[in-house]
Amino acid sequence: MPNKLSGLQKDVLSLYRSCLRATRTKPAGTRPNFAAFARREFEKHVKMDKKDFGTIEFMLRKGRRQLEIYEQPGVTNIAG
Amino acid sequence: MALRLASRRLALKPMPYAFSRSMATTVGNTKEPLGAISEATSSSSPPLSPKHTTTIKEPSPDPESKIKTFHIYRWNPDEPSSKPKMQSYTLDLNKTGPMILDALIRIKNEVDPTLTFRRSCREGICGSCAMNIDGVNTLACLCRIPTDAGKETRIYPLPHTYVVKDLVPDLTQFYKQYKSIKPYLQRDTPPPDGREYRQSKSDRRKLDGLYECILCACCSTSCPSYWWNSEEYLGPAVLLQSYRWIADSRDEKTEQRKDALNNSMALYRCHTILNCSRTCPKGLNPALAIAEIKKSLAFQ
Repeated sequence: MPNKLSGLQKDVLSLYRSCLRATRTKPAGTRPNFAAFARREFEKHVKMDKKDFGTIEFMLRKGRRQLEIYEQPGVTNIAG
Repeated sequence: MALRLASRRLALKPMPYAFSRSMATTVGNTKEPLGAISEATSSSSPPLSPKHTTTIKEPSPDPESKIKTFHIYRWNPDEPSSKPKMQSYTLDLNKTGPMILDALIRIKNEVDPTLTFRRSCREGICGSCAMNIDGVNTLACLCRIPTDAGKETRIYPLPHTYVVKDLVPDLTQFYKQYKSIKPYLQRDTPPPDGREYRQSKSDRRKLDGLYECILCACCSTSCPSYWWNSEEYLGPAVLLQSYRWIADSRDEKTEQRKDALNNSMALYRCHTILNCSRTCPKGLNPALAIAEIKKSLAFQ
């Protein structure tokens, strides 16, 4: 991995980090499920062409929207 | 077999009323009475020869048909790495309703069920079907199909919006901004006679041309200033709604409403381009409302 990340790469990492941060607000027993879910969602697109900016930006927006929904306190568990 | 024969014999005889009922009858030997009757009446005579019937031909192209081509923006979020594309559809205008929405519904029903667009009231009161038709933001249900069949029609989603799918724009930001202006009556004092909050006819008249707005987002997405500053500039639709509450004689938070707009971005990014008034499918004048807000801020 190069030392300097592009802005887009930083955005993706920061989204992943905020996903992991959001798992801490969930009940202790279900946290691994949320973390595993977040990881799975990212790994689905791990083969994405890194020059395909439009698609990556779309996936970022979609991810942020999803995070907003799963963050809500009403969501207490997820398929791990 | 014995039972069926028995029932057939029975069916040929004139029957008392109870026997002729088909369902929910408890009489023992009328099991399958309909089948038995039809069996008895369907004759064993040969079918009519083809000489006596008409021939059903393959549908031939109608010389009267007015074929028009529609180019429609397509993008599917399930394949995010595929690029958006324009897809062409041809329709016979004689078999289509007069409006663009009729054409879209017909394409979805008869040609391509994967075409996605929002629609609800089909009469210009819900604002769901806002889209860019031949370069103009308008409601598909209020836009006539140009009758000139030679010209092709191009349909895009609202410009400068994130696309959810095909012709469906993501209006989250627009609705957030609408929420930020508190679009409801704010009042602390109760009405003097304990009944409705009443207003004079002249006060009510101030709301004409404002309350009709259906928030279709046609004006906001046609405004270049809103394209470049949609994060901070509220846009014509939301400012028109804001003025609707500032102008309301019953509202008591007028000053707070004005203060919230009194900064360089929220209101003053309007440079009177007037695309909003030109495009509004309801014939309203958001630019005038914005000018009124500016005036009331300037003279206070």
